[in-house]
Amino acid sequence: MAKGEVKLLGSWPSPYVMRARIALNLKSVEYEFLEEKLGVKSELLLKSNPVHKKIPVLLHHSKPICESLVIVQYIDEVWSSGPAILPSDPYDRAVARFWASYVDEKFFPALRALPMAQGKEAMEAAMHPVKEGLALLEDAYANHSKGGPFFGGGQISYLDVAFGCFLGVIRVSEKVTGVALINEHTTPGLAGWAEEFCAHPAVEDVMPDTDKLTEFINRIIKMKSQSPN
Amino acid sequence: MTKEVVLLDLWLSPFGMRVRVALAEKGVEYEYREEDLGNKSQLLLQMNPVHKKIPVLIHNGKPICESLVIVQYIDETWKDKAPLLPSDPYQRAEARFWADYIDKQIYSCGRMLWTTKGEEQDAAKKELKECFKLLEEHLGDRTYFGGDNLGFVDVALISFYSWFYAYETCGNFKMEEWCPKIVSWAKTCMQRESVSKSLVDPLKVCHDFVLPRRKTLGLD
Repeated sequence: MAKGEVKLLGSWPSPYVMRARIALNLKSVEYEFLEEKLGVKSELLLKSNPVHKKIPVLLHHSKPICESLVIVQYIDEVWSSGPAILPSDPYDRAVARFWASYVDEKFFPALRALPMAQGKEAMEAAMHPVKEGLALLEDAYANHSKGGPFFGGGQISYLDVAFGCFLGVIRVSEKVTGVALINEHTTPGLAGWAEEFCAHPAVEDVMPDTDKLTEFINRIIKMKSQSPN
Repeated sequence: MTKEVVLLDLWLSPFGMRVRVALAEKGVEYEYREEDLGNKSQLLLQMNPVHKKIPVLIHNGKPICESLVIVQYIDETWKDKAPLLPSDPYQRAEARFWADYIDKQIYSCGRMLWTTKGEEQDAAKKELKECFKLLEEHLGDRTYFGGDNLGFVDVALISFYSWFYAYETCGNFKMEEWCPKIVSWAKTCMQRESVSKSLVDPLKVCHDFVLPRRKTLGLD
């Protein structure tokens, strides 16, 4: 099923890289995972993504594709015989793209700030937009999942991949703050969805272990506090 | 009788203009509704409760939000005419990448340029110049970013042409000197009715909105 040489430049903690890996797994595509080292960008990365110099980069027959959601759509279109990632109906596609864009532009920036918040007041202030975002996503899940268990209904799909990749960071934030951001009480739909998503064969091996990710994020926070760049 | 396609928009929005161009390319008739962002309509708040922003395309009563999501929706729904995305997956990925780049860079740099002065403005100017030069390099010798025809990236970028004059006036520079190929590309696009009828007069954007706003902000 693999269509030629496929490589992915990435790193295990990155949610954006995870999106690409899940998509490749969904299509049963064999690929070589080239792990970038923290703090050092490889020659190959700089050459393949000169505009942003960021991971993930998919290399297909040595041609680079950059930006995680562009990569996911590319994988969906090239390996078209595998299970569809984007829905087929244009309106459903627009809804999926809208929420993926929301997750990238509003939700993740708020989520990312949470583990960095120092002190009770800062923590509470940082928590607010994250909880708001989760409430919106809970609504989206209720409105569009057609009974679930995934945003895509019975099958894992684009929005599951776009949002689910952040479950690692969500779990770290829950651990650090002691607050269950996704829970049976306030976000029952998302609580069920998160379990199903993480247990999915395309996801379980690439979702980072919470303790390992916590340690990694703490290292980043330490690095940032030591050198204000 | 409600029209099948309604666009909630703001005359000078580069995001709204993208949608107008896409609809015109496809020959889709629609009802244009101007929003007053200081007094948002019930319809806008109902159709885009998450962001409460324009543009919003309403098709058979169902809302689609976010300009590039809307443009792709238009391309996929009215697919028999003027395809905006190419059929080859790699070229589609390239087009999406550059549209995303335009979204991330041009609006925010441009906005920084016209809402600031001094060092902050100089920094924005430098960044905006780099962005346009990169886009010019990507355009190369092609007529359009889409090749022989107007494509997704052309639609994503051309709406900013209405803002070029405002950027030039506020930043005291000439786009022609920065990126002549981009200016020539824009003029080529403007020869198409779908573009010329969808974009607003750059002088109006500058004199009716940007310069008065700068005065209000105490920048001039």
